[in-house]
Amino acid sequence: MSIDLHKDYFDLFGLPRTFRIDKAALERSYLGLQQQVHPDRHAHLPDADKRRALQWATRVNEAFQTLKRPLSRARYLLELAGVDAGLETNTAMSPAFLMEQMEWREAVGDASDAADLDALEALHRRLRHHAQEIEGALAAALDDDADHEAAAETVRRLMFLDKLDQEIEDALAALES
Amino acid sequence: MALLQLSEPGQSAAPHQHRLAVGIDLGTTNSLVATVRNGIAVCLNDHDGKAMLPSVVRYQADGSVVVGREAALAQTRDPRNTIASVKRFMGRGLKDVTHIESTPYDFVDAPGMVKLRTVVGPRSPVEVSAEILKVLRARAEASLGGELTGAVITVPAYFDDAQRQATKDAASLAGLNVLRLLNEPTAAAIAYGLDNAAEGVYAVYDLGGGTFDISILRLSKGVFEVLATNGDAALGGDDFDHRLFCWCLDRAQIAPPSAMDVRRLLGKAREAKELLSHTEEAAVACQLDSGEAVNLTVSRKVFSEITTNLVRKTLAPLRKALRDAGLKPEDIKGVVMVGGATRMPHVQRAVAEFFGQEPLTNLDPDRVVALGAAKQANALAGNRSADEDWLLLDVIPLSLGLETMGGLSEKVIPRNSTIPVARAQEFTTYKDGQTAMAFHVVQGERELVSDCRSLARFELRGIPPMVAGAARIRVTFQVDADGLLSVSAREMSSGVEASVMVKPSYGLTDEEIAGMLRSGYDHAGDDMSARALREQQVEASRLVEATRQALADDGGLLDDAERAKVEALVAQLEETARGSDLAAIKRGVSTLNKGTEHFASLRMDKSIRSALAGQKIDELEV
Repeated sequence: MSIDLHKDYFDLFGLPRTFRIDKAALERSYLGLQQQVHPDRHAHLPDADKRRALQWATRVNEAFQTLKRPLSRARYLLELAGVDAGLETNTAMSPAFLMEQMEWREAVGDASDAADLDALEALHRRLRHHAQEIEGALAAALDDDADHEAAAETVRRLMFLDKLDQEIEDALAALES
Repeated sequence: MALLQLSEPGQSAAPHQHRLAVGIDLGTTNSLVATVRNGIAVCLNDHDGKAMLPSVVRYQADGSVVVGREAALAQTRDPRNTIASVKRFMGRGLKDVTHIESTPYDFVDAPGMVKLRTVVGPRSPVEVSAEILKVLRARAEASLGGELTGAVITVPAYFDDAQRQATKDAASLAGLNVLRLLNEPTAAAIAYGLDNAAEGVYAVYDLGGGTFDISILRLSKGVFEVLATNGDAALGGDDFDHRLFCWCLDRAQIAPPSAMDVRRLLGKAREAKELLSHTEEAAVACQLDSGEAVNLTVSRKVFSEITTNLVRKTLAPLRKALRDAGLKPEDIKGVVMVGGATRMPHVQRAVAEFFGQEPLTNLDPDRVVALGAAKQANALAGNRSADEDWLLLDVIPLSLGLETMGGLSEKVIPRNSTIPVARAQEFTTYKDGQTAMAFHVVQGERELVSDCRSLARFELRGIPPMVAGAARIRVTFQVDADGLLSVSAREMSSGVEASVMVKPSYGLTDEEIAGMLRSGYDHAGDDMSARALREQQVEASRLVEATRQALADDGGLLDDAERAKVEALVAQLEETARGSDLAAIKRGVSTLNKGTEHFASLRMDKSIRSALAGQKIDELEV
């Protein structure tokens, strides 16, 4: 019996296939697996073992990164469910949402033009809070209602916020150096 | 002094015999070699009882090479042929070298990496570094009484792919089997963490002779997890010397000095800097060849003022690393100081102020990296005992990407990704009937490709002609546990597979390394083919031993026929390796490697099952 290198990430970590996740269990399981598969554990063994270790450790890292972050975890769940979230093609968002995005962007632009570190930090906190609310909606859509269409729409919204988060981080980093 | 290793009564020496492995800190200013002896990491000393080897290499007209203190003494006498701080040039082009005007060297701008013209011809930084490593290797083999199984070589965490590859090449050139490239701050964390049973989030502030690193690590139940790293691969103690040197030139009002005088004055500046860590004032006094005399006194206060911008330059990477880790200064439980330059009081003060706590100074900042590397080497060589069940998870310091339209960098693997890591991205053709595609691999955080480091260019050919946009070219980046990148590309949509595998371009090709090895042996009058045979025999015996150990541990996973087959291959290779047929030994190594593929996957399955079983037990306990 061979263990499939390509089995799904939830199975790999022995976790139920849900959006709400036991982070401590995920981390424990991740470290437990790396203890076994990491190339450092196989460095004294024949090349075949080393190659295998590289493949596995790479896979385990990828799996952990995917499940750790809410956005990638949700996208992965949709992928497993065979749902095309239309992430690249479907960019039609509600006018209200787009308006809100423009307001965010303007605020971030103003704060970074003014080199206002505190304002950026405040925006960052607000955005994170907002993202958490959306994640709550995502959990309900995915775990409670199994409403993939609603989940896909929420994932698209979360992607906008993720991009914005990255922009704030970049602006903060630019101000700090 | 060589110590004999005795095995316990009733225990066979093989297959669990102690393998000789060392950790090497290949530093800008000094280098060290350490090993684990009776469970304790120790630095190995030279004949004079000194552990630190000055990283200075002198080439002499008669072809001989001098390394270390003797070479350092010749710096002012023979500056052009006496190479110091060569680490600053590793994997670097001419335009990347800072303060080039105050180095006495005669640079040749070679593609990818500079060379230095010496009395025996141009030498690459890789060759110069290999001379340092050869001396440390000889010291270790004399001290341990045998050939080394392998070595862990440390590199600054912020070293890019080019610099890492250059370091690995230098080690191969010195005849070392590289078990792993290990980041210096991570090595320090291992030494500190294991000795103090530390738990929590720590920062390692590593200011060496020529490089600065900051790493944030979480230490928890024997796992060393690097959360983020940042730094400046061209900032270190050398820059403080240079600052003081410029101050002296300015104060003494002397004409632009000769190469010898530059060396002389830089040496004096370094001495004054070191003195100022203990005293309030230091003198910089010397007689120059030009006939002029320098006679100055520098106070700690002045030195701190003229170098304050250098200290400040280390704080931006600190903030970035914390941000990437999602932490604040107050989340840090302790700050480990590494590198001789952290002895400067104003550096310690700045770090204390930043973190709001006194940094930890209960370890030797010069040795801690080598000691940590020795522990890692010992574990990787397979000497780990049951109580050494620790694991290291490190990251890549800089994002890896591809050039896209408009000279922009598209990031494929972001910085601070845990290694090993692989990421694939798909591209398509933009012209009808396009059969080839060019790729440019870059490293760095900047948006413009021209601001990033160019690692490799390659072309994928043989794409079947299709309409524009129909081809699906999948480019895969794989970063291994040494932090080294390889890239492959493959056309996915057609049945035809065109695939190419590249290693970044600046490094030396295998042929170049072979050529260098050959010229080295020609010179020494050594017999190249005898050497090649010896190396292949060592490789064979390493594999025989590794496979035997695997069989001893997990032979039960194989059925009798399979086990007999592997055992036969092992016996066969052992027999072949006693002979002198180089090609046959090579074939035997490759056959045994192939013959253990299935066994390897069974062993991995077993490991994973035991990890999963461990989870079940954990869950029951909760």
